[in-house]
Amino acid sequence: MTGDLRAAVAAGVLGSEEAHASLLSSIVEVARAIFGARAASIFLLDEEADELVFAAVAGEGSDSLVGTRFPSSGGIAGWVLVTRQPLVLEDVSEDPRFAKDLAESTGYVPRGLMAVPLLNEERALGVLEVLDRPQRPGFTLEQADLLGLFGNQAAIALDLLLAARRAKAVLAAEGEDAEAVAALAAALDGLEGEHREGALRLLAGLEEILRQT
Amino acid sequence: MSATEPAENESLPAWSLPADAVERIAIPVDWPERVTRDWAWGGSDGSGARVCILDSGVESGHPLVGEIEETVAVTVGEDGEIEVVPDDEGDLCGHGTACAGIVRSLAPGCSISSVRVLGAGYTGSGPVLLAGLRWAIERGFDVVNMSLSTTKRQLAPELHDLADVAYFRRTMLVASAHNMPVESFPWRFASVVSVGSHEQGDPLAFFYNPTPPVEFFARGVDVDAPWLDGGTLRVSGNSFATPHMAGICALVVGKHPELTPFQLKSVLYLVANNVAAAR
Repeated sequence: MTGDLRAAVAAGVLGSEEAHASLLSSIVEVARAIFGARAASIFLLDEEADELVFAAVAGEGSDSLVGTRFPSSGGIAGWVLVTRQPLVLEDVSEDPRFAKDLAESTGYVPRGLMAVPLLNEERALGVLEVLDRPQRPGFTLEQADLLGLFGNQAAIALDLLLAARRAKAVLAAEGEDAEAVAALAAALDGLEGEHREGALRLLAGLEEILRQT
Repeated sequence: MSATEPAENESLPAWSLPADAVERIAIPVDWPERVTRDWAWGGSDGSGARVCILDSGVESGHPLVGEIEETVAVTVGEDGEIEVVPDDEGDLCGHGTACAGIVRSLAPGCSISSVRVLGAGYTGSGPVLLAGLRWAIERGFDVVNMSLSTTKRQLAPELHDLADVAYFRRTMLVASAHNMPVESFPWRFASVVSVGSHEQGDPLAFFYNPTPPVEFFARGVDVDAPWLDGGTLRVSGNSFATPHMAGICALVVGKHPELTPFQLKSVLYLVANNVAAAR
């Protein structure tokens, strides 16, 4: 099997982009709830365009922001992305790294935020931000650890999303052949028990016939 | 002199110790039976110690930072050539100014210089970081504060070599541990003082970690540090714990300039809050 067809099979079983997008949404919803924040969002880095894209938003601005883009070097998210370090600010207005115009363009200007890079080994995939936690007696290292854990989870989800997108792109490029293989893989993936065993036997027989022709 | 050459002192033995050389390496430091903070830095304000901030630059004239001895920037020319040039643009984001101010608050008498390796748009490419560190080692600073790290594995071998060169040339690299559980460098190396955060408010409180790679924890939560335009910002993170350790190193080196990084680390260990208190 060629690498491309293998990717097509992967596309068949990896699940839809929508499924991964809902995983990202779920992560920001939980992050928002755990930190008691007004909003939380995940930005995906589009390396080719050198832009950050809102991939999931919970809370303020959640309806309109997904898909919105801005330069990857901009604002707090840009800083976090490039330094690959999390950042916690109680009052963003005091920090020159905060791009107020950029926040205003999203319709919501936070007072404080926490941001964490989404890392997969050496690659930075994006940024998770948690906006406007209720003022507590300062920031704690426990919160930083928790934020890091969410960051890891979000990075894994983003990685899956990107893999699904790559596989889908291969599918689109390869046309009907790959699509047929992907559909077959997806159908097989959906079977259980006797049906699956039967289908596998059928496929083994089909493979034998195809090899002989 | 290149940073890759060993420390030079031809009168001292390098690879072995002949019998007649034993006298010559007698250690001049009069170590007390019990090393205390008073012995380590009592009476010192860091005077005599030279500290370098490898970061985003340092704002000149900031009242909480004071005089800066030398400021340079590492630049990338159009043909990709990397140069270290005098720089008067100051700090492009505030991060380096915060580090310098924290060092100054602990060691008001030390000399502070700045190498800017984080540029506008906050991009600090690998070769720029390496060139900045190499420059600082060649200049022979006593302490180099590195509140930054790289996750790029291909940079690790060269950074490792530079960290070892610094260690043997009496330049103590004080490097931030990553704030998340990820691999990055140079803080992972044994030849540096690696620093994470604790939550206490005492700027002189620090702890030795018996389960490295992070070797020390210093104050890194809710620190009011100088930032741009003469102002301050309340900041948290290992980036700001690191200059606390760098400042403490400056205090010790100011009083005991003869200490090697090995000895300096030993002193830090002996007077760490969790070690000294246990004795």
